[in-house]
Amino acid sequence: MFVLATSAVLLALLLAVIRAIRGPTVFDRVLAGNTVGTLAILLLASIGFLTGRPEFLDIGLTYGLLNLIGTFAVLKFFRHGDLAYDVDENQEGKAWK
Amino acid sequence: MEVIADAISWVLIALGSFFLVSGAIGLIRMPDVYTRMHAASVIDTLGAMLLILGLVFQAGFSLLALKLLFVIALLFFFGPVASHALAQAALHAGIEPLLAEDRRGRDVPGGDEPEPDGKQEGVPST
Amino acid sequence: MRSLVLAVALFLFWLALSGHYTPFLLTVGVLCVALTVFVASRMFIVDDEGQPMELLLAAPTYWAWLYVEIAKSAVTVTRIILDPKLPISPTFTRVRASQKTSAGLATYANSITLTPGTITTGVSDDILTVHAIIREGADDLEAGGMDKRVRQFEGDT
Repeated sequence: MFVLATSAVLLALLLAVIRAIRGPTVFDRVLAGNTVGTLAILLLASIGFLTGRPEFLDIGLTYGLLNLIGTFAVLKFFRHGDLAYDVDENQEGKAWK
Repeated sequence: MEVIADAISWVLIALGSFFLVSGAIGLIRMPDVYTRMHAASVIDTLGAMLLILGLVFQAGFSLLALKLLFVIALLFFFGPVASHALAQAALHAGIEPLLAEDRRGRDVPGGDEPEPDGKQEGVPST
Repeated sequence: MRSLVLAVALFLFWLALSGHYTPFLLTVGVLCVALTVFVASRMFIVDDEGQPMELLLAAPTYWAWLYVEIAKSAVTVTRIILDPKLPISPTFTRVRASQKTSAGLATYANSITLTPGTITTGVSDDILTVHAIIREGADDLEAGGMDKRVRQFEGDT
């Protein structure tokens, strides 16, 4: 049963990587990267159970946190880099108080 | 008892795997970045959570199950934050969504506060 | 009071993650918790927005309800994905959030995003901009069922 879970995760990973390679925009790639991160947590968990070493889960948790930070870093870079600098920025200042 | 828990976790893991794969298929099939985000959120929510719940039934009452629940909480709280940031950044970069219908200009009913003027904020005009 | 709740929660988190209960590790844990709470209070994030503990009691029933909603709409989205014709009708709409507190508003916006098929793309004051993959998703949000549920959750305490 863990073999089933692991192979499903691997198949989904393959499709996500295909999306990351095909693009076409950078946001498609970031989205695919974020999905790969989620799938990596699941892969670590199910491989941990498959090989009888569930300690892998700690690595999975850490990986999830790093994945979140990585996604934000890339998004911030592309938001304030060349791509979107001259668009009106008024939305950020008006965030909920 | 053992058998029942095993059966439940079997069903949950199989269902979770199914949703994972179909979400990934959606990631390939959908036409633009916003619709792909919906497919990815199937993976992030139902697929991942069912799979992990299935593993929780395998782990039984232990610290391991608690850690698996932490993973669920992580996805539950940070998943929407990441996809919201992604959607907003994509809109900000001026990527046009494929739309069948655009209701952004509509009057929003309800509430007692005055309507904001019709200006769209942070949304590129279509 | 909030700092105390935060400290207890953090220490339970430490215990759950470590799994070793020797005196040395427990002491280190207490020190870490104290440092974290100190830093958090220096940053002024231990308030009703950063740590909405009033919502804790009402949370489990809300989460259960949200899980059911997530499951329903995930099944809908999966049907769309696996349909050979790919019957999507992407719709942008704006809905009003009637929550009073910022924690309630964040809960509503995040619940919309968490539900497959709808994503909050922007917030200005109390108007949320939402992208839905099919028209029916946008219609459901405009009907305001989830908004009402979140307001009830927020006011439960």
